[in-house]
Amino acid sequence: MDHKMDYDKIERNARVRQRVINIITYLFLAFWAVIVLFPFYWMILTSVKSYGAYNSEFIPKFFTLSPTLQNYGDAFTTVPLGKYLTNTVLFAVVTTAIMLAVITLAAFAFARLQFKGKNIMFVIFLSLMMIPNELVIITNFVTVTNLDMRNTFAGLILPSVMSVFYVYLLKENFEQIPDSLYYAAKVDGTSDLKYLLKVMIPISKPTLITITILKVIECWNSYVWPRLITDDENYYLVSNGIQEIRENGFGRENIPAMMAAVVVISVPLILLFLIFRKKVMEGVSRGGTKG
Amino acid sequence: MKKILKNSSLKGWLYLLPALLFLGIFMVYPLIDVFVYSFEEGYNSASQTYFGVGSYNYSYVLHDPYFLQAVKNTFLLVIITVPLSTGIALLISVGLNSIKPLRNLFQTVYFLPYVTNTLAVGLVFMILFKKTAYSDGFINLIINWFGGASVDFIEGPYWAKMFVLCFYTIWVVMPFKILILTSALASVNQEYYNAAKVDGTSKVRTFMRITLPMISPMIFYLIITGFIGAFKAYSDVVALFGTNLNAAEMNTIVGYVYDMLYGDSGGYPSYASAAAIILFAIVLTITCINLLISKKNIHY
Amino acid sequence: MEVVLQNLTKKFPSRDRKNRGDVVAVSDFSFEIPDGELIGLLGPSGCGKSTTLNLISGLQKPTSGRIFFGEDDVTDLPPENRGIGLVFQNYALYPHLTVEQNILFPLQNLKGKDKLSKAEMLDKAYEAAKLVQIDELMERKPGQLSGGQQQRVAIARALVKMPRVLLLDEPLSNLDARLRLQTREEIRRIQRETKITTIFVTHDQEEAMSISDRIVVMKEGVVQQIGKPQDVYDDPTNLFVAKFLGTPPVNVFKGQIKDGRLYIGEDAVLDVKGLSEKEVYVGIRPEGFLLQENGPLCCKLNRVEVMGRDKSVVAENKASLNPAIRAIIGSENNINIQQGVVRFSLLPRKVFLFDKETEERIKL
Repeated sequence: MDHKMDYDKIERNARVRQRVINIITYLFLAFWAVIVLFPFYWMILTSVKSYGAYNSEFIPKFFTLSPTLQNYGDAFTTVPLGKYLTNTVLFAVVTTAIMLAVITLAAFAFARLQFKGKNIMFVIFLSLMMIPNELVIITNFVTVTNLDMRNTFAGLILPSVMSVFYVYLLKENFEQIPDSLYYAAKVDGTSDLKYLLKVMIPISKPTLITITILKVIECWNSYVWPRLITDDENYYLVSNGIQEIRENGFGRENIPAMMAAVVVISVPLILLFLIFRKKVMEGVSRGGTKG
Repeated sequence: MKKILKNSSLKGWLYLLPALLFLGIFMVYPLIDVFVYSFEEGYNSASQTYFGVGSYNYSYVLHDPYFLQAVKNTFLLVIITVPLSTGIALLISVGLNSIKPLRNLFQTVYFLPYVTNTLAVGLVFMILFKKTAYSDGFINLIINWFGGASVDFIEGPYWAKMFVLCFYTIWVVMPFKILILTSALASVNQEYYNAAKVDGTSKVRTFMRITLPMISPMIFYLIITGFIGAFKAYSDVVALFGTNLNAAEMNTIVGYVYDMLYGDSGGYPSYASAAAIILFAIVLTITCINLLISKKNIHY
Repeated sequence: MEVVLQNLTKKFPSRDRKNRGDVVAVSDFSFEIPDGELIGLLGPSGCGKSTTLNLISGLQKPTSGRIFFGEDDVTDLPPENRGIGLVFQNYALYPHLTVEQNILFPLQNLKGKDKLSKAEMLDKAYEAAKLVQIDELMERKPGQLSGGQQQRVAIARALVKMPRVLLLDEPLSNLDARLRLQTREEIRRIQRETKITTIFVTHDQEEAMSISDRIVVMKEGVVQQIGKPQDVYDDPTNLFVAKFLGTPPVNVFKGQIKDGRLYIGEDAVLDVKGLSEKEVYVGIRPEGFLLQENGPLCCKLNRVEVMGRDKSVVAENKASLNPAIRAIIGSENNINIQQGVVRFSLLPRKVFLFDKETEERIKL
């Protein structure tokens, strides 16, 4: 009997301890969620405060009772935010489109075709994955400047197209398609190109979508190369636009308007993420790094 | 037969051609060129001439106080943020894995920084931390609540600026680490935990002796990518402190490279190349050391 | 240690959104396992045998019912306080630890007065390793061992704490055929030597029959029959049990009881006086057929397979539920085949009758 009581006590203690651990876990997770979300809250909050109200708050307020959309109007009229956005969309779409074509062809060659020097070529490709962008950007800057392509979309896009890693990712995916499909198509007299377009691409669609999303994110956030290669406002992307706004726009102190611009720039990607949440996270865990 | 092979060989190269063109022009050629630049002394970008060949560029860079400042900043950033972010990410992932309700919500929220524009959100951080004539800012408000005195984190003392930078860097790199670690934790076979439970293994011991060794390859992977990433820090620094990083004493090695290349102090591709190669050498060395250590410590 | 299961029931909430009822994994399972016996829990996948094992181990909690180890009610105890050893289907050996560290692992968890010195722990570990004959492999990692060796390590790890009850989940399913034979003998030997009450789960009837003191046949969460392997084989309670045990499997025919006789098709094969007239299923064990020139059961002969000691006669009959009937006869029998027809008489104790509706056994 003594024995049994002992067990009861152990059970009860374990349950109490489990509950305490659970509460601590949730508090900790909620704490980090607040840290993550707070900047977003603050940027939205600030963007709907009026200029006057914001500047009269020596102690910042956590809410506003008179939200205004005035700042969003300012963001589009005082600085060419619309231009930055269309530039970025154009840059992202064209870069991604060219990249998809280039890497699909290359991955197909590596995965499906037999040719002399293929293996050596692939090893070279792999080793290029380790080359940091910082090392090659110097010459690219000089090259593009010498070609008179500063402040052109060609100068922005062309050096940003290639991504060895995606070739690798797609090749792995292509190789999982059984050989028998290829031979069946060959027997039917299907050309290689047609096989690629009609069979391999549809089958690999999930991977292609993942790559597309990752590349679009990368393009949307790219800052260094556009900064080096453009000094004409007409070719600024959003990142450079933000930097420009920070240093020269809105008479420097109009922080609510700045925040409105920040919201406008952040929303498209966040929407894209919320729509393709699974795909983005899966893609990133397979090979995206940032920071 | 031979002709067919030749044809298909040609075809293979044809498919590869666009990729090769892009890589050749924008990666392989620049890679060679950057070494050439780094040894050309006195290169003048206007006339594209140079005086001689030698290691002067390296010596110049290594003696440049701005570069040394940048190296110091970069190393501090790396040493502080990599262990901290990995550790916190591990804690959060363990927490995430131990709960069921709200787990998806938390995961989604934690991932948000990954899909935001570094420059844009950096601006928000700057405003949160900045002390101006009109307002001490949000963070100082909190410091005041706890009885501390206001500090200007953006244009104030060095440690304060370094703190903001580290904080923001961790905020930015966290999503990737949490994502990788939660999936690593989830992939540990439940049977191991059942076996440990049957044996009466305490939670702490289970974590130290089973969970950690099982996910150690992923932790090392995160440490290595974390090192590489932090060594290349630049745009988050710009986001917080503006483009004139040398004046703010907050430049990084990558920032130094770009400053040498372009902007007010730019026009010296040779110095930029030398600095970039030094950076590459540092990253390579540290990655190799990491790999060696991880080989010793990963057991299977 | 005697293990008593009392009205053990486990329900899971249904995942099917249309059908909201609970899924009953184990239903009202009662069984007293005598001390020191080896029990085989047997059934097709999804029959609740693994759930039963998890209930006994404490990894899952029953919805209702009690579990006793001897006098102790362990129903609400967490697994670590039950004093069990558990061998997992995939062994769950820690891949980063050596064999020795794996076996030591449970001992290192002991706290307070149970705590052992280093030397004592090593002694116990080596004792367990010797028992399963892996004491030569103590420095290896699990990845360097064969499947059979890993299995032994897993058993040693489960035994090292001297558990009151040893539980094995599909212990042989990951081994190849030859190792399976060897290892099941090994499990029997270890169990005999340690005299620990042992319960194992399997879907392989041969495995369960060959080493168990007693088998429990389950289907869809419900216990069908409990007994010594031979008894269950000779005296199945329903069609399911009869079909599940034995290789080659029992031959099932549609039959009819008429005028005190059992008919298969047109053939009156047995006298069954005293049974009411109805349609039945007839199960005949392969060894229940006797070759006889004018035997009552007439079948179309397909072929004869010689298997050394025995011969197997493969035949067809319209009333058979299986496409082919398989009868085993001694190889000394000479088979006289006439026009592709073979005739059998039947051994009454190898013939089972089942109600057509309930599929329950009708005793002769």
